[in-house]
Amino acid sequence: MSLLEIRDLHVAYSTSAGPVPAVRGVDLDVERGQVVGLAGESGCGKSTIAGAILRLLPKETKVEGQILLDGEDILTMTWGRLRAVRWEESSIIFQGAMHGLDPVKRVGEQIAEAILIHDPKVTEKEALTRAGELVEQVKLPARRTQDYPHELSGGQKQRIMIAMALACDPKLVIADEPTSALDVMVQAQVLDLLEDLQRDLGLSMIFITHDLSVLVGVCDRISVMYAGKIVEEGSADAVFETPKHPYTRALSSAFPEIGDERYRLLPTGLGGDPPDPMDIPSGCSFHPRCVDVFAPCPSTEPVLYDAGEGRRAACLLLDGAERAAGEG
Amino acid sequence: MGQAFLTLLFVLAVNFFLFRILPSDPITMMVRANRLTDSQKAELIREFGFAKPLAEQFLIYITHPWRLGYSQQSSRPVVDVIGERIWPTVLLVGISTILSTILGVLIGISSAWRRGSRLDVNWLISTMTFYSMPDFWFGMMLLLVFAATLHWFPVGGYASPPEAGLTGFFPHLLDVARHLFLPAATLTIGYLGEYSLIMRSSLIDVMHEDFVNVVRAKGLRDRDVRRKHAVPNALLPIVTMVILYFGYVLAGAVGVETVFSYPGLGLLTYTSIVEQDFPVMQGIFLLLSAAVIIANLIADITYTYLDPRVRQT
Amino acid sequence: MPTEPFDQEPVFPEPAMADQGHALDVKHRSPRQITWARRRRALTRFWKQFRENRLGTAGLFVLSLFVLVAICAPLIAPRSATTEVTATAKDQPILAPPGHHCPQSYIQNVQDPNTGEYHTIEKPCLASEEQFYPLGTDGAGRSLFALLVWGARISLLVGLVATIMAMLIGSGIGIAAGFYGGWVDVALSRLTDWFLVIPWIALAIVLASVLGQSLFNIIMVVAVTSWAVTARLVRAQALTVATRPYVERARALGASNWHIITRHVLPNLFPIIFANTILTVALSILAESTLSFLGLGDPMSVSWGTILEQAQGAGATTGGQWWWVMTPGVAITAVVLAFTMCGFAVEEITNPRLRRR
Repeated sequence: MSLLEIRDLHVAYSTSAGPVPAVRGVDLDVERGQVVGLAGESGCGKSTIAGAILRLLPKETKVEGQILLDGEDILTMTWGRLRAVRWEESSIIFQGAMHGLDPVKRVGEQIAEAILIHDPKVTEKEALTRAGELVEQVKLPARRTQDYPHELSGGQKQRIMIAMALACDPKLVIADEPTSALDVMVQAQVLDLLEDLQRDLGLSMIFITHDLSVLVGVCDRISVMYAGKIVEEGSADAVFETPKHPYTRALSSAFPEIGDERYRLLPTGLGGDPPDPMDIPSGCSFHPRCVDVFAPCPSTEPVLYDAGEGRRAACLLLDGAERAAGEG
Repeated sequence: MGQAFLTLLFVLAVNFFLFRILPSDPITMMVRANRLTDSQKAELIREFGFAKPLAEQFLIYITHPWRLGYSQQSSRPVVDVIGERIWPTVLLVGISTILSTILGVLIGISSAWRRGSRLDVNWLISTMTFYSMPDFWFGMMLLLVFAATLHWFPVGGYASPPEAGLTGFFPHLLDVARHLFLPAATLTIGYLGEYSLIMRSSLIDVMHEDFVNVVRAKGLRDRDVRRKHAVPNALLPIVTMVILYFGYVLAGAVGVETVFSYPGLGLLTYTSIVEQDFPVMQGIFLLLSAAVIIANLIADITYTYLDPRVRQT
Repeated sequence: MPTEPFDQEPVFPEPAMADQGHALDVKHRSPRQITWARRRRALTRFWKQFRENRLGTAGLFVLSLFVLVAICAPLIAPRSATTEVTATAKDQPILAPPGHHCPQSYIQNVQDPNTGEYHTIEKPCLASEEQFYPLGTDGAGRSLFALLVWGARISLLVGLVATIMAMLIGSGIGIAAGFYGGWVDVALSRLTDWFLVIPWIALAIVLASVLGQSLFNIIMVVAVTSWAVTARLVRAQALTVATRPYVERARALGASNWHIITRHVLPNLFPIIFANTILTVALSILAESTLSFLGLGDPMSVSWGTILEQAQGAGATTGGQWWWVMTPGVAITAVVLAFTMCGFAVEEITNPRLRRR
């Protein structure tokens, strides 16, 4: 049994203009000790999945499907059980660490708070000491626990967020764009830190980002999302080296690495804008922006077709029948 | 703090010049014919240096701001006249401010929580209505209904006259409380709407911040999220706002004290207007301005204490 | 001279205009015509949004009612009703409750001066002719209805004129401070801060006593105590506009300060201070009523505040003459509430951040 099993997840936000579908049928598995990457443009629904796993979405949001964390269905849990599960079984490293910390409390207290919530037997002093240890684990001096958030740099705040996420020894850590708000140099440091921690502590992780190249080094498997659905999944290297879906191809060429031959030849960038969730294109939702678009795309919705060696991609080109019909 | 001092000096200076532009000679203004004895007049001339050039007069004035002259109504020193009226006003304004702030904050919190509900909308409309009422008029209506018609409360004053025989600590306290109730209710209700609105919008803003979501993710109960994280952050603007409104509360106190014949600075202001008692008016102007300036200072210090982000600067 | 700021709407004809059959020939319209066309469109859009706001429309309706009453005062009640005291056979003015018809008698609540107790007595109405008092009379026998109608003129006049003055002073100082910067800014900001710190009533009382009591003076006093808030708002806005790229561009092309202020700064300022102006009128009316109540108003004219002043002076609250006390206050509350609702509606429309999230 996997640590996390998401089955047919549908999430729709309620707005004054009606329900907005953000996630439209997603399946995701995370095994113990595995790092799964979730890639896609902003608005594709990946952060929504992160919020859905711990039921942090606004009350009025409609969430359907199954989210099994270590066998328990999160969506049908009682509030009490959910609160216990939150942070202890699974925690989140939020994006935008800029505002993720309470500005009027010291960071050490905030890390300790997580510990105290889940283990009332622990004293405040013990919790603070443990907070200090966690801070050292993220390569910051323990005395930083005495600081207020505004006294820390972006990179330091992100490390504190990581330390806080590890406070209750969770089984699953969801990293939601942990490096997006940082400059490149700091990004690399934080990524290395995450890699080290994952390896040393044997964490299972979901790593969410829009930068495919970041995922390659860190993840074991990658799932690529577009317009609320998964369009490709497979092992990290395979997906990055030989993307089967046109979107993945465009995504991976959007972040060129200097000196890498591939980037000189592939078309760079991706034209157009991400689809408006209220107005998703018919058939294959990617077809208006696809370079390989052909006849059946605007009318037939693709499913995840088998693409060999544990890989799947939702492109009609992979469906032998469709392809034949299109060419014929 | 230096800023506050400078402002205070400026206030004194303006006070000085404002009354010197009056057409009649300042001695006559202060002295007003036969109300003062000759020795008092002479003392005034000496103290204020009316015979000396303007620049010297100014210097004397600035260095001795407490020399306020004599009241024209009662020929008593202005400092005494004002001094004996300070306590009732402090009591009235103090209790009203404390009550309206606490109640305003509590109502604001529950409004924010029930945002958009029937109760919330009704409260918003009520607040706007109370905001539009002149505070002295609201006092008049309360007086009319609860004192003059229903006789639940006395119609005015600070306490019953000695003939009523309410000696002893507790009876006297109760008596003062009965007299204070309606004026304080007027000021409290008049301003708690503002504070509740500010608290409400402040809390709504804070609830949308990222860190609130993080704290929920940590497994904290919603009510603890509110209590431990959202409200402390939302309270910060309240401090500034209460002080900002302090000047308006003082203005309200003038009207309310007049309506209830409550013997504080407000009533003194009214009578000094009626009697054209300029020395007293000047003294009150100085006192009220100084009070607001000091209140601003206290607010700055309190805010620095509450918000760690401000401490560095 | 360049007049088109970058960050306003593009000049090209929109499809909607083509549908309406307007000339698509942009080249033949001067920049000024285009600017005004755009402003007209913005105005229509604003009006449409305002009409959708229930609070704002309700406020505007009540407002128009009061303004109408104030303007048509001579048609509604005779001026003489506010100055003449209805003399009676025994020269005693009547103090009648609402709906009273002279010459029938009425009940009054009086306090026995010796015992302090309240009891009711019946008083004959001694007026010789038939008189109907829909809202009752004040202590001098004048119809409260007439007083309210004529009082509307003064209260609204003072409120509006004082606000216009405060806006002019405040905008002038704010623009000068924000636009010129440097020591001008420092000096003007200090001045503004001072006016903000001083409790308005203290300043008002001192000023009113020094200047004397007249209609013009009370307008001045209210204006002087209100301009500072606008000045601060305008200064902040002027600062942001003064640093925008199109201002730099205009300067580089040789535009004078005056040109930049009138063509760029002022138009951008307008939406921000519009809401502020409406709310200031509300506060000015309240300020005038308070000052009149304290006896600082114009002794020659009747405003709602002076009616309350007389009521207080005659002991109407303790005497139980509730109509004398209630009606002017309700009028003030209604007008101020109407202005406030309009102001909030305008604020919501011009400041999108305030819209419901």
